[in-house]
Amino acid sequence: MAARDQHGKTAPWQRDGQKGDGFQVVGSAQRKIDGIAKATGQAVYTDDIQLPGMLHAKILRSPHAHARIVSIDTSKAEALPGVHGVLVGAELPIKYGVIPWTPDENVLAVDKVRFIGDEVAAVAAIDEDTANAAARLIEVEYEVLPHYFTPEEALANPSPAIHENPKRPERGNLSKHVELEFGDVDGGFEQADVILENDYEFHGTTHAPIEPHCAVAQYSPDGLLTVWSATQITHYVHRALARVLELEPARIRVIQPCLGGAFGGKSDPFALEFCVAKLAMKTGRPVKMLWTREEVFYAHRGRHPMQLHYRTGAKTDGTVTAVDAKILIDGGSYSSFGLVTTYYSGQLLTGPYEFPSYRFDSTRVFTNKPPCGPKRGHGSVQPRFAFEVQLDEVAERIAMDPIELRRKNWLGESTKTVNGQRITSNGFMECLEEVERRSDWKNRRGKLPRGRGLGVAGSMYISGTNYPIYPNKMPQAGIQLKVDRSGLVMAFTGGNDIGQGSNSVVRTIVAEELGLHPQDVRVIAADTDLCPVDLGAYSSRVTFMVGNATIDAARKLRKLVVSAVAKAWEVPEKRIFMGQGQVFDLKDRTKVLSTTEAFHLAEEQYDTLGSTGSYNTPTLGGDYRGGTIGASPAYSFTAHVVEVDVDEETGKIEVTDCWIAHDCGRALNPMLVAGQMEGSAYMGIAEAWFESHDINRFGLHAGPSLLDYRLPTAVDTPELHALIVESLDPEGPYGAKEAGEGPLHPSLPAISNAVFDAVGIRLRELPFTPGKVLKALREQREGAPTDSSTPAPVEVRR
Amino acid sequence: MLRMPKFEVQNPTSLSEALKLLAEGGEQALVVAGGTDLLPNIKHELFTPDTVISLQAIAELRGIRVEDDGTLIIGALTALQTVAESSQVQERAPALAQAASLIAGPQLRRMGTLGGNVLLDTRCQWYNQTYFWREALGFCLKKDGSVCHVVEKGSRCVAAASNDSAPVLMTLGATLEIHSPRGVREILIDDLWRNDGAMNKDLAGDEILAAIRVPAQAAGHKGAYGKLRDRGSIDFPLLGIAVRLDLDESGAVADADVVSVALQAQPVRVKQAAELLAGKRPGTEAFDEALEALAQAAYKRCRPMPNIPGDHDYRREMVPVYLRRTVRAAVDGSGPVHHV
Repeated sequence: MAARDQHGKTAPWQRDGQKGDGFQVVGSAQRKIDGIAKATGQAVYTDDIQLPGMLHAKILRSPHAHARIVSIDTSKAEALPGVHGVLVGAELPIKYGVIPWTPDENVLAVDKVRFIGDEVAAVAAIDEDTANAAARLIEVEYEVLPHYFTPEEALANPSPAIHENPKRPERGNLSKHVELEFGDVDGGFEQADVILENDYEFHGTTHAPIEPHCAVAQYSPDGLLTVWSATQITHYVHRALARVLELEPARIRVIQPCLGGAFGGKSDPFALEFCVAKLAMKTGRPVKMLWTREEVFYAHRGRHPMQLHYRTGAKTDGTVTAVDAKILIDGGSYSSFGLVTTYYSGQLLTGPYEFPSYRFDSTRVFTNKPPCGPKRGHGSVQPRFAFEVQLDEVAERIAMDPIELRRKNWLGESTKTVNGQRITSNGFMECLEEVERRSDWKNRRGKLPRGRGLGVAGSMYISGTNYPIYPNKMPQAGIQLKVDRSGLVMAFTGGNDIGQGSNSVVRTIVAEELGLHPQDVRVIAADTDLCPVDLGAYSSRVTFMVGNATIDAARKLRKLVVSAVAKAWEVPEKRIFMGQGQVFDLKDRTKVLSTTEAFHLAEEQYDTLGSTGSYNTPTLGGDYRGGTIGASPAYSFTAHVVEVDVDEETGKIEVTDCWIAHDCGRALNPMLVAGQMEGSAYMGIAEAWFESHDINRFGLHAGPSLLDYRLPTAVDTPELHALIVESLDPEGPYGAKEAGEGPLHPSLPAISNAVFDAVGIRLRELPFTPGKVLKALREQREGAPTDSSTPAPVEVRR
Repeated sequence: MLRMPKFEVQNPTSLSEALKLLAEGGEQALVVAGGTDLLPNIKHELFTPDTVISLQAIAELRGIRVEDDGTLIIGALTALQTVAESSQVQERAPALAQAASLIAGPQLRRMGTLGGNVLLDTRCQWYNQTYFWREALGFCLKKDGSVCHVVEKGSRCVAAASNDSAPVLMTLGATLEIHSPRGVREILIDDLWRNDGAMNKDLAGDEILAAIRVPAQAAGHKGAYGKLRDRGSIDFPLLGIAVRLDLDESGAVADADVVSVALQAQPVRVKQAAELLAGKRPGTEAFDEALEALAQAAYKRCRPMPNIPGDHDYRREMVPVYLRRTVRAAVDGSGPVHHV
């Protein structure tokens, strides 16, 4: 425990004054541990699992946005030849939710449905077609209720509430309200020379991972339930299954096979995991459920639509004096991570700039739409968009270079934010310098021909959080190492590799610590029977927390090996060096063993070789309700400069280049870090450009397919320039911080700011469709305000 | 994954055999070429055939050849990629090669055929959806329902013709060779269309399109295709504009034709093209003025509806822009007009 204190930023054997960083594996480009298996089709995904006698299950979904279930008649479905089991909500009445304070989901609707696509019943049959046919034979009688598709409608109509709350009916459709104030906000505005105030809007997007959700369950005659699921949170699925199925957790095993992308969209327990489990228990046969692309759109948990009102005060020298935000969040039909989202919408904005005073007032509301949840950059991409555009407006107002304005307000390192978050390393200034230099900002920004422009934006993000979702004092990450006499070291981690490369990180660290070739380390992950608990792949916690746990375990093992060899050679331990698959005496190079021989020596002396390691966060966070939400052991920092080419006749914005400078602490594997940076920027650009999770006037998803949900293709994607900045965090594994979510944030505002540089219009409403661009250009020509939604009141004091 | 409903597949090796099977199959039989349109539509239960007759094994339906009089004959089963890459097509009907090169994405162009694109089913946001989705909606006029969700109280389906090849072939005066047990008929492609989105083609259930014939164009032929879509690949057109200009020896326009697609149930011709542009030489002020007048005429004539996804006001706003750009591209030989 408290493993964080045991190791620093350097290689295990590095000494003061030694040249170079001393690393042998860390810092070099290593191919992903499962790259070849994925590229050749050998990787086993959940849908690849075929078990003897396996049934296929399908779900019947609600065609109504809001309705009470009067009756369900499953008799015709049960009578269909080939059907082995039918499941309805009443059989699993216990509610669940990923956040233990807001369990408002049923596996299948018990009393009512809350959006078109809500799960009502499930069928297991000999094949998919029979299951589909049977699902259509289930007769459901509904009493249709009034529906709410906007948060305003939902707030204005407390009854009938989407989630009835008999104890507090006055809450109506309110999901969560958070209001926090730090410092003297009104006083801060008093000191401001300029105050900018505007409305911004984020429209809602989804993850669209290439692999749809899938789960397989097997229930053995002796009462052991095994569930394979395309999940990013094995441990929470394990807990939720035990709760809802009322089984002993020790009788449940959850395994995450190879996963085809998640991005936050697989971090809730989903109906399919419970359905296959219960149907396997009912039928005595293994059961699989694979969702269609359309069903993945209904499962959603995507980025919340937000209406954001920001007011920022600044002095004429650029110093920000106060920030005040009011945010209305459209939560969709269930809570999911919504409690956290509501806090994050305010709590994660307080860097990389110093806010002398800050207030936010965020309200999440239930609506009859697919439930929103965490998507890469959870809760903070939307406010970041609004604020970084507003900062650009401040820069324009006081005639200051937007990069200079950001430098002026830099928070600094080894400090605290206004809301009490501890900041350790902070490479934001280097990030700004990198994008400024690489984009030739000084010579080009404001100087390009009309139609072309550059825009900048910055951001920060968490490397995990000390809020473990369910309160407990046990480690957040655990790892176990086992040594084979062949020289192979097996690492067992509960961490979920969802394509981000967490298993590769584990291998890199074990190889580094034990001086092994990376191929002599293999990793077993995300199997609750085999692996120590890890909380899962979310909040960008895995490299930081699992990485630290891995160092902890590997150092314990290394100590045994070094001690055994030193004893055998009768030399002091500090002379023993492990590297390149060998162990040798630094003073007498004739003394050399292969690592395998050294392992044998150690096993002779210390019995069967293995070790465990763990990580837990230090005590963090502000001393107020919600102060630990968003409190992270380390924050990453990012700056983007984006170049655009705006066609003023068609309104089309072409993003030609995106320079992404990201402070990841230390790049353990620069190839993976660059991949995460490019992937993040791509995703952010996509959300600003095309993607829109639209619900139409009937409450139907406007286009639940990859044809109508427009993800940019390879030909649309701009040149992405990944510029890695390493600030060497004092607490990260070898100084590493996150790289998978932070680099998404600045893409959206940087495009808006670049469009302003190109053609002088402010885009405050996402996505930036050509129609909106043309409208703003027309208004510009007519001398009207540059935003259609509201005029831009600018208050200039003194 | 969405399941493919079950049906029998027949693989005839000759056109006559295919016609016979189709006649035997009656209303429950459908013809499939590349399958890039029909198969997703079957998955969506927009079509529920018992039998699907694949044309893939019929060699006589594939290939591109030029007759002595310069007529380009393209077998209906010729892949769109082959059409796009054919030097004969590029030379004789450049706009057709351009349009083919912009249909769908690279993989789909290798499966999809020219005949299939000509006969593409109309598209609508309320129609191209799964059975579950359409049932939750209460269905629509085109399939299984009685209400139009595009036009309030509309009684005629307005699903959009979305085939990029159609407007181009109309400007080229192409004809279609259609076979049936009753014989062969050859019609001007213009005469194929009906103004009904539910079925916008005058084609009997027992007929098979065998070939597309593009007559030799004038010596001064210029052509281009412009396609508006969100992404640089994959998407169906939000607007398509095909242009043909025939220049005389002096370089002035002798004849011109402009046809747009993705607006309504059938492609829409901007009839004033020849009248306005004739006698004008590109590069002159008179030509520019005539082009502007044509752009305005097109704006009046072309009224996109909220049938396919996207902002229909924006689509309409793009009509004059794409018309101007596509005419200029035809003049310069710089087509297609496309944002990527």
